[in-house]
Amino acid sequence: MSRVNILQIVSFFIYLFYQVLILKNIVLFHTAFCFLYVAYLLVLPVETNQITLMLIGFVLGFSVDVFYDSLGLHALACVLIMYARNSWLNALTPQGGYDSNSIPSMSMNGIQWFVVYAVPMVFLHHAVLFFIEAGGFDMFWFTMLKIMNSTLFTMLAIVIAQFLFPYRKRL
Amino acid sequence: MERLFYFLYRYRAFFTFLALEVFCSWLIIENNQFQGAKFFNSSNSFVAGLNNFSQGVREYFSLRETNRLLAEENAALRNSLEQRPHMSLSDSLNQKVDSVLIKRFEFVSAKVVNNSVHRFTNFLTIDKGSSDSIKSGMAVISSTGIVGKVKTVSKHYSVVTSLLNKDVMVSAVLKRTGHFGTIQWNGRDADIVQFNFVPPHVIPKVGDTIITSGFNAVFPRGLVIGTIQNINLGDAALFYDLNVKLSQDFRKLTYVEVVKSNLKTEQDSLELSVEKMNR
Repeated sequence: MSRVNILQIVSFFIYLFYQVLILKNIVLFHTAFCFLYVAYLLVLPVETNQITLMLIGFVLGFSVDVFYDSLGLHALACVLIMYARNSWLNALTPQGGYDSNSIPSMSMNGIQWFVVYAVPMVFLHHAVLFFIEAGGFDMFWFTMLKIMNSTLFTMLAIVIAQFLFPYRKRL
Repeated sequence: MERLFYFLYRYRAFFTFLALEVFCSWLIIENNQFQGAKFFNSSNSFVAGLNNFSQGVREYFSLRETNRLLAEENAALRNSLEQRPHMSLSDSLNQKVDSVLIKRFEFVSAKVVNNSVHRFTNFLTIDKGSSDSIKSGMAVISSTGIVGKVKTVSKHYSVVTSLLNKDVMVSAVLKRTGHFGTIQWNGRDADIVQFNFVPPHVIPKVGDTIITSGFNAVFPRGLVIGTIQNINLGDAALFYDLNVKLSQDFRKLTYVEVVKSNLKTEQDSLELSVEKMNR
């Protein structure tokens, strides 16, 4: 159990620093941003309690905010998707339910299930992020374009990361 | 009472959610004020140190461009120096130079350690702070145009609100005709800003230069902002839609200068006292 926790803590910092030092500088076509750090929140163990999830989401979002000079913005989006995550996981329960101690990663349920699970979460996160940053719905379609492109880019990065570093089925 | 506790306990996840979201919203609103949270931004030493390291790596890729810009600026400075002897001769003949004019603005050079251009609210971090007597509200310029205003300051770093920020407005003048208006960015293109509040009786032309007005004593007068790229006037519109191509490429910012305005407090307090009189 303690080994699992240490792994989680280490990967927290890897995701965080990879985001703020490298991915922060990558923007495709002026509109597509990559927020790979969301993947860390998505693959937390299934049985994690909702309050813990939200607190982790808050801490990670807040840390990213400090580097992005957008205090509260990422934290708000992360807390929101972490609040919704467990209900969404319940709705997507595969046949026979989740194994105990399993994590909702690609290696557990296959790429199809994972994309269905992750896309709405990433989309929700990006939608909240960009609309708050834009300060309303003044530039609806431009913001929408940013959200779409960023969702595609982030999803691509997440799926590639899942292929490269597959989580074992059980920790 | 017991039922109340039971109720709170049962929906504890929802209440935690609510509390966190309210806290985040408060942070966002507070941070949007011009001088918000003092510590949790990229001017704090740990974050800025990391950014500094990261910029140190990136810097190598733009060395050639930076070199060219510095050489150009050198040449321009040398040119103005060449013209200088004639001026100083005539000055000494006339009268002693007004000390206020000379010391009106001071410049501090700083390196950009962190920059963004693609968001709706962009900021940059520079490697000079309160130890170089930089204060929030000071103007930041570069050799080719204006950059922004200092937002928050720590000991060795400061965060600058970029001109590419939806909340920043800069008073500007159409150089050829002398009409003034406001420069503001609409959040779309990092090369284009909007020049607002120019009435229809003015006839702007494509290619006209826009310069700072110097009205608010933050930016010195006469700094180039950019040139007009296209002009649009709706049928019943009160003002032109003018798109201005920035002379400064914000993607390539490496060195900037912070402007210390020695007369800013004097001008501000004078204007404030007039406002009070009118009330």
